[in-house]
Amino acid sequence: MTFWLVLTVNSITFGGLLFLLSAGFSLIFGLMRIPNLTHGSLFMLGAYLGATLTIGLLYVTVNFWLAAILSGLMVAAFGALTERLLLRRLPGDQLAQVLVTLGISFMIADVCLMLWGGDPLNVETPAGLGGFLRFGALALPLYRLAVIVIAMIFAIALWMLLDRTRLGAMIRAGVDDPDMARVVGIRVSQLFTIVFALGAGLAGFAGIIGGPILSVYPGLDQDMLPLALVVVILGGTGSLLGSFVGSIIVGFIYNFGQALLPELAYFVLFLPMLLVLILRPQGLFGRQVP
Amino acid sequence: MSVRNIALGILFLALASLPYWMDGIFYINVSSQILFYAIFALGLNVLVGYAGLVSLGHAGLFGVASYATGFLLAEGFGHTEAILVALVIGVASTAVFAALSLRTTGIGFIMITLALGQILWGLAYRWISLTGGDNGINLHGRPAPFGISLQSPTAFYYATFVVFVVSVVAVAIFVRSPFGAALMGTRDQPRRMNALGYHVWMIRFIACLLSGLLTCVAGILFVYYTQFISPQALALTSSAEVLLMVISGGPATLLGPIVGAVLVVVVKNVVSGFLERWNLLLGAIFVAIVILMPEGLVPGTARLWRAAWQRMRRRADAAGTPGDAEPKP
Repeated sequence: MTFWLVLTVNSITFGGLLFLLSAGFSLIFGLMRIPNLTHGSLFMLGAYLGATLTIGLLYVTVNFWLAAILSGLMVAAFGALTERLLLRRLPGDQLAQVLVTLGISFMIADVCLMLWGGDPLNVETPAGLGGFLRFGALALPLYRLAVIVIAMIFAIALWMLLDRTRLGAMIRAGVDDPDMARVVGIRVSQLFTIVFALGAGLAGFAGIIGGPILSVYPGLDQDMLPLALVVVILGGTGSLLGSFVGSIIVGFIYNFGQALLPELAYFVLFLPMLLVLILRPQGLFGRQVP
Repeated sequence: MSVRNIALGILFLALASLPYWMDGIFYINVSSQILFYAIFALGLNVLVGYAGLVSLGHAGLFGVASYATGFLLAEGFGHTEAILVALVIGVASTAVFAALSLRTTGIGFIMITLALGQILWGLAYRWISLTGGDNGINLHGRPAPFGISLQSPTAFYYATFVVFVVSVVAVAIFVRSPFGAALMGTRDQPRRMNALGYHVWMIRFIACLLSGLLTCVAGILFVYYTQFISPQALALTSSAEVLLMVISGGPATLLGPIVGAVLVVVVKNVVSGFLERWNLLLGAIFVAIVILMPEGLVPGTARLWRAAWQRMRRRADAAGTPGDAEPKP
């Protein structure tokens, strides 16, 4: 019983991390039609930057939460720069966008390997959250519960942003029909940069938040990118609810798969994707693109 | 006799006599690598260039054929059986791959093939009882068709060369056939092709199978060449490298993927001699090609050549015209 409960908590935690990662991916894909293959690398970059800040750089050691916010902002700035300088030049050319984002992801991976070396970095659990929450025989790590809370806060904040604010309404308009949105005076090009920066920042933030659980190592990008892809294929592009539900599903399958069928964990992931592709190619919550 | 045919003839003669003028085993081995990567790139080009479907999971199929060969040989099968069964397994995997990814086109296709490729990589990496995980599978020996041992680099080069020529001819025939024309039709105008009564899905599916077959052939040559297969061969980097060959050379041309294979394999081998950061360079080349020469090297060079030729002709005309015009009063 304890085993299953712990596994469930782990699954939800991982699902929360995946949500932070894939919400941005899904929005970028939905709004800009750009398959941003740097997303896994942005996750890893955020993790490395945050880990460096918490471990200490030039005798300056930063509090974990501050480091998480700072690395999120840095990755967001990096994302905005990429969008402005490179992706902006290739409107509508998906093949070119795939190649450029892939090229950038290779460069990020290699630069990270050069700067931080091949050994995994362990990120210390932030002070006060190292303990366990005990219910009789059951002990749940506090930090994992905190990650769930953070993911929930972000899910609600993103939902409020998209559903309740003017900016959110403009983004939704841009996702549904970019041409009409332009006609009614929304500056879709500016939205692109904002959404790209937001998505990149969320990915970087997720990277460092996931640090104490996953640790930071070369290849983290290639581990996370397919998960984000599966989430988006499952949930449907451009849908926040889709990313949320997709993330939780993938979180459960990934963790249960690894516990029960360790050798086939990666393969089991692919089953729900297969089902969705056969029964509902636009994803669970996606709308058919006209 | 067009410039293109002369170039092809020279290329053929140069490749056929390569071990006689190329000095050193290292370079003959690099040439073998170029040839089987060129087969791989030709296979991917059938999809990327002629069908307009960009796959980022082809290294997975390449790996399936390599692993199947390695596994069957380790289980004690003979070379012929291992190669044939590996081809069947590879093409069957391609069929599954195609059936899943052909539910969409465009970005959807890219994403699904990428996810499928990563899944195959994950299987190779984690399914340790079958694949040996990170340690991979070692092979012992190469086959000896018609009693000719392929152990020496020169012999292996010639075997690869024969397969390469057959592949190039097959792709050339395929592209010029009515089926090739229909495939390009589905790339450019899928709706019209559908209205004309072509089964667009089936045409694309068959193109996937051909592409997968060439990929598997390259995979088997690869595993016999290196005598070793590990998950690294299935990584996203490998898929991207081959895609780079196609894109850099020029998609939807016969010569493009071959030129691309030469470029990538040479740069990779030369660079890895004195630089560890191959991926950094690979990424930079990707970005540079997309921004600077999006149509690829072969069509790009052809365009520059044609422009230069016309400019030269115009200059000759301009020099000649005043002389012709003068006699008139």
